[in-house]
Amino acid sequence: MSLATAIRDKDVAKLPGKRDEEWRWTDLRGLIRILPEPSASFAGDVGDGPFDALADDRRMLVNGGEALIDLPADSKATVALRFVSRGAGSHAAGVTITLGSNARLRLLESYESDGGSVTQASLTIVLADGAAVERIVLAQDHEDAVSVSQAAVRLAPKAEYGQTVVTSGARRQRLETRVIHPGGHASLRLDGVYLLAGKRHSDQTTVVNHESTDGATVQLTKGVVRDQARGVFQGRIVVAEGADRTDARMGHHALILSDRAEVDAKPELEIYADDVACAHGNTVGALDEDALFYARQRGMPEADARALLTEAFIGEVIDRMWFDGARDVVRAWAAERLRG
Amino acid sequence: MMLNVQNLHASVDGKEILKGLTLEVPAGEVHAIMGPNGAGKSTLSYVLTGRDGYEVTAGSATLDGEDLLALAPDERAARGVFLSFQYPLEIPGVPALTFIRTALNAQRKARGEVEITAPEFLKLARTKSAELKIDFDMLKRALNVGFSGGEKKRMEILQMAMLSPRFLILDETDSGLDIDALRIVSDGVNALRSPERGMLVITHYQRLLDYIKPDRVHVLSGGRIVASGGPELAHELEREGYERYEKAA
Repeated sequence: MSLATAIRDKDVAKLPGKRDEEWRWTDLRGLIRILPEPSASFAGDVGDGPFDALADDRRMLVNGGEALIDLPADSKATVALRFVSRGAGSHAAGVTITLGSNARLRLLESYESDGGSVTQASLTIVLADGAAVERIVLAQDHEDAVSVSQAAVRLAPKAEYGQTVVTSGARRQRLETRVIHPGGHASLRLDGVYLLAGKRHSDQTTVVNHESTDGATVQLTKGVVRDQARGVFQGRIVVAEGADRTDARMGHHALILSDRAEVDAKPELEIYADDVACAHGNTVGALDEDALFYARQRGMPEADARALLTEAFIGEVIDRMWFDGARDVVRAWAAERLRG
Repeated sequence: MMLNVQNLHASVDGKEILKGLTLEVPAGEVHAIMGPNGAGKSTLSYVLTGRDGYEVTAGSATLDGEDLLALAPDERAARGVFLSFQYPLEIPGVPALTFIRTALNAQRKARGEVEITAPEFLKLARTKSAELKIDFDMLKRALNVGFSGGEKKRMEILQMAMLSPRFLILDETDSGLDIDALRIVSDGVNALRSPERGMLVITHYQRLLDYIKPDRVHVLSGGRIVASGGPELAHELEREGYERYEKAA
């Protein structure tokens, strides 16, 4: 059951839907009655990507395709990886990324669609001992697009992996990350921001499997939904038997700014080891009316006050990004959406 | 008349709290509002600043002849109405400097003035924070988050000093202050006294009025002003309590 298989086989029966527990809030089966024709190849100008100026290696997959990024041991790279969709066809893309020991990668990934395309991107990211990755995902999809991105990440001892997924949603969108965490003093940060308006939907799903001792995971996702938008957060952390001294913390907090907007959240900790420190927190609520009045009493018009407070709310996540340049891009992108 | 409140009636959740309040504060004067708990002191401050949930059912409130009640809270602020909150809000994620600069520029924009430049703003912030004995680094932290009660009150006065309002409402500014903080805060308020400014000092206790000396003292009880007098009225209240006025209301 996956969108990629359904696209390959042109068979809507293979789409995941609400009967699949993991997809119950992101029903593709019920949404897509007929899969669009395969996307034609596109040779026109697609303009600059959001992170082009920051990267020393630029990769672009337009209407599908495959790419391989291989960093030898001890090397360093900042790669802009663009998944571009033009038109309203269907296609899948695949990227494999490997890092040798102590290699360092900044992966600046973007999703850019311009219509009602149906797309799947699959990434495999494998780190060797002591390697470090910061993956920043900016999903700026079209409101008619159906977009699924699934990343499978495998860490190694002493590896460091940080991720921030930032999205404005799509007609239906799933941004999924699955991490195999071997412990061994590897550290993992999985953060997310969703800013949804109109009838947009976005689903951030993460699964972390702590397989052995001494692993750390921190996770913070924040969302702001307005109009009739719908945000979904599913976070699961599994700590295997014997994976002692695992330290895992998960937080998800959302602001709902209109009566018809919706947030569905499912944080799960499955712990089979004895000696662990695990915690999760989840809140969904409205903007603090008292704080809003306070800001207005100081002279800020209501819209400005709301923007300031919501920017501050998600700013906590953006501040956690490591790469200054990308942080500035993301902050500006978010501010524009919150003020718009 | 700078602030002119006539026969003001206001309700919260359908319950009438202000029941025909009349009050006039000329420019250049400091008036104190004293009264027992539940008299409507905080309601008055929120009605004058336009907080949601406070419904005016009758009467009027004008500032220099302009109808305050028809304006949004931010429009009232841009015309110079400032409320020092009894319980200042914590604003996570927004450094105090950012908050105050955003507020100041919003007010300037509303008045058709140019925005303050970054160097001008920082200079102003340094000067005013030094006057109020506030560590400048504190202004880089999220506004009021983790601040003590006294620090929050000092932050209110700092904002007041930087926004330079024309009409000041101080709601229980002395609560939670020790004697040193009270002196610093009072000095900050007194520095803003001027012939162009009016001030309304709302307090339960007379203590604050030893530091911020009022021109007039009004007793608010049962949603109305039931007595007015000179500074000596505050001392009388301190001696004899509010009981007599509660009966009058």
